[in-house]
Amino acid sequence: MASSAAPSPTDQKDAERYQRLLAEARAIQGVSLGKDAWRRLKKNRVAMASLWFLVGLGVLAFLTPFLPLQPSHKTETKLKFAPPVSSPLLVDSYDIEKQGGKSQGELDKDGFGELNFIDRGMLALRRRVFGPWCFNSLCGRDKLGRDTLARLFWGARVSLLVGVVAAFVSLVIGVTYGAVSGYLGGWIDNLMMRIVEALDSVPFIFVVIFLITVLSQEDVNKALAGVGINRMHIFFVVVGAIYWLTMSRVVRGQVISLKNEQFIEAARTIGASRWRIIFRHLMPNLTSVVIVYLTLTIPRVILFEAFLSFVGLGVEVPNASWGVLANEAVEAITSVKVFWWLVVFPGAALAATLFALNFLGDGLRDALDPRLKNR
Amino acid sequence: MTVQAPAPTPTAAAPATRPLLQVTNLKKHFPIRRGVFQRVVGHVRAVDDVSFHINPGETLGLVGESGCGKTTVGRTLLRLIEPTAGEIAFEGRDVRALSGGQLRQLRRDMQIVFQDPYGSLNPRMTIRAIVEEGLIIHGLGNRKERLEKVIDTLEDVGLDPTYINRYPHEFSGGQRQRICVARALALNPKFMVLDEPISALDVSIQSQIINLFTELRRKHNLTYLFISHDLSVVEYISDRVAVMYLGELVETGTSRELYHHAIHPYTKALLSSVPKMTPGKKPERIVLPGDVPSPSRPPPGCRFHPRCPLAIDICKVESPRETIVDGHMFRCHVMEQQLKSPASKK
Repeated sequence: MASSAAPSPTDQKDAERYQRLLAEARAIQGVSLGKDAWRRLKKNRVAMASLWFLVGLGVLAFLTPFLPLQPSHKTETKLKFAPPVSSPLLVDSYDIEKQGGKSQGELDKDGFGELNFIDRGMLALRRRVFGPWCFNSLCGRDKLGRDTLARLFWGARVSLLVGVVAAFVSLVIGVTYGAVSGYLGGWIDNLMMRIVEALDSVPFIFVVIFLITVLSQEDVNKALAGVGINRMHIFFVVVGAIYWLTMSRVVRGQVISLKNEQFIEAARTIGASRWRIIFRHLMPNLTSVVIVYLTLTIPRVILFEAFLSFVGLGVEVPNASWGVLANEAVEAITSVKVFWWLVVFPGAALAATLFALNFLGDGLRDALDPRLKNR
Repeated sequence: MTVQAPAPTPTAAAPATRPLLQVTNLKKHFPIRRGVFQRVVGHVRAVDDVSFHINPGETLGLVGESGCGKTTVGRTLLRLIEPTAGEIAFEGRDVRALSGGQLRQLRRDMQIVFQDPYGSLNPRMTIRAIVEEGLIIHGLGNRKERLEKVIDTLEDVGLDPTYINRYPHEFSGGQRQRICVARALALNPKFMVLDEPISALDVSIQSQIINLFTELRRKHNLTYLFISHDLSVVEYISDRVAVMYLGELVETGTSRELYHHAIHPYTKALLSSVPKMTPGKKPERIVLPGDVPSPSRPPPGCRFHPRCPLAIDICKVESPRETIVDGHMFRCHVMEQQLKSPASKK
């Protein structure tokens, strides 16, 4: 295959033949396993509906500051426990501007809490597009007269972010740990898995409660805030650090079964290095397992966050998450009067999201199952 | 499939040429670990004291029942499994002493085709990526040259080169085996281990793949170690045949010699199990009593003696030596005595 210096007529002919074959080859594109799985997933209506729901939810949650919602932190005590109203749809209630003596930034902070620059930008855009108009309290108001609809949206941001980030943390730790353990094998594998089992036997709820209580101490909190770490960041890491255990087991199992596949051995016979085998042959074949497990971890994390917020250890009021909303709702339930809108809307949002994630995970598992490879 | 052996290559007959591969006293013992502390409680003697050579351009068939260690032999040759003891010399180089870059170099010259064409192709790589990978690893050629080599190789193994962008799951078993062959062939190896390359295929496809192997051998001047339990296929493709029983070679000879004048009682029993193409004539089927003993506790003396119809007392005590009569090697006390005593010589 050494290229000769002067192209002879036969070389010329060969070159033309290669060109022709390559042109033909380009027309015949194979169906990769990923494409194949996507094709199968598209046939699964429930999974696709869940996927679109989640995508929509994610987009809306991201765009929350831009949406014409009432300021989520603004209290209106005279309207406390106001039931849902659907008319008029839009009200002129974005009236922070009317309070004198404060800059726009301070007013936004009063209305929405601490915001980063992207959110501030979206808020400014919203002010320009919608002016003072907001949705009326379609989902009622809570004990301080805050708009539940707005808090639902702002809460969605927190809940989804916790779910995705913490699941991602668990993914990084779990995949690395599991892959190393499975690939190295032997006594290292044994040791690493015993560590996982030991950790798994610790009742994590107590660990989390302990950690968060310590970290929420006034002085600790201040020290951490000094280096730019707030409670949310800690929360991400803590939850992620718990949920990696199962992920690492799943990945380890998959790596062990892949390690003994013949194509790995074949790669060794053609001289592939250990890194090449891990990155070109092992990792790509892990994706399906990891994706499926990730979609099943996210709802667990969201639920865990909701649970912690529910018992008062998660997100701090006046910030909202779905768990916080549910907590406030339950506190507001009395034997005299049930403010159903406070329970139903956050609960429904949480349930719908968890259902969608589970359906999607199920659909993905079916779609990525290698045993169903034949179309 | 015709049962006519292809003419043996001239080099096979000449003993003067240096063998391409010389294996001496190869051993592979797998430790058996038990209990909490993974204590070694014994060894599976998968390959025990195997010696053979393969001349350039020759095909050596390696036959035996499943579990007799054929595959282990093939894998130790390429150091996919590290041998416990013994020597493997490839073109005079000691394979066991190679490390790192030298081993990689060796792997250009020695390739293997596995039994299962479904498991031996990465499902996430295109055919092009699979065949090209070896070239990339060994830094052979630029992008264009590599692509041309892939096309050439695919044509060599009888695949349509316009399929290079397809994935393994879009091919049939026979086509996949051709892809496996192409992957091995792309590196221009001198020697290929064919580890039961046709056992997983339909009978109709088997003959096509066998013909492909003979064709490639002629075209690229390849040397094969053909591992199989299918005796008729081995007879067809091999110049010489080695018969393995429980980790040991019991008989080695040229294909013609071995199939027509088998000496070892195990070989005779094996050959009698092959259905004959001649109607009417019903050769006696030798049925061996009992099962193959466990390679973790091989019987003392000759390993075949518990099942051997000819066994005598010495067989239970002493392991038979390698006896060579006219280049035909066997290990059997009884036949050794028979062939060496003057009475039996005609």
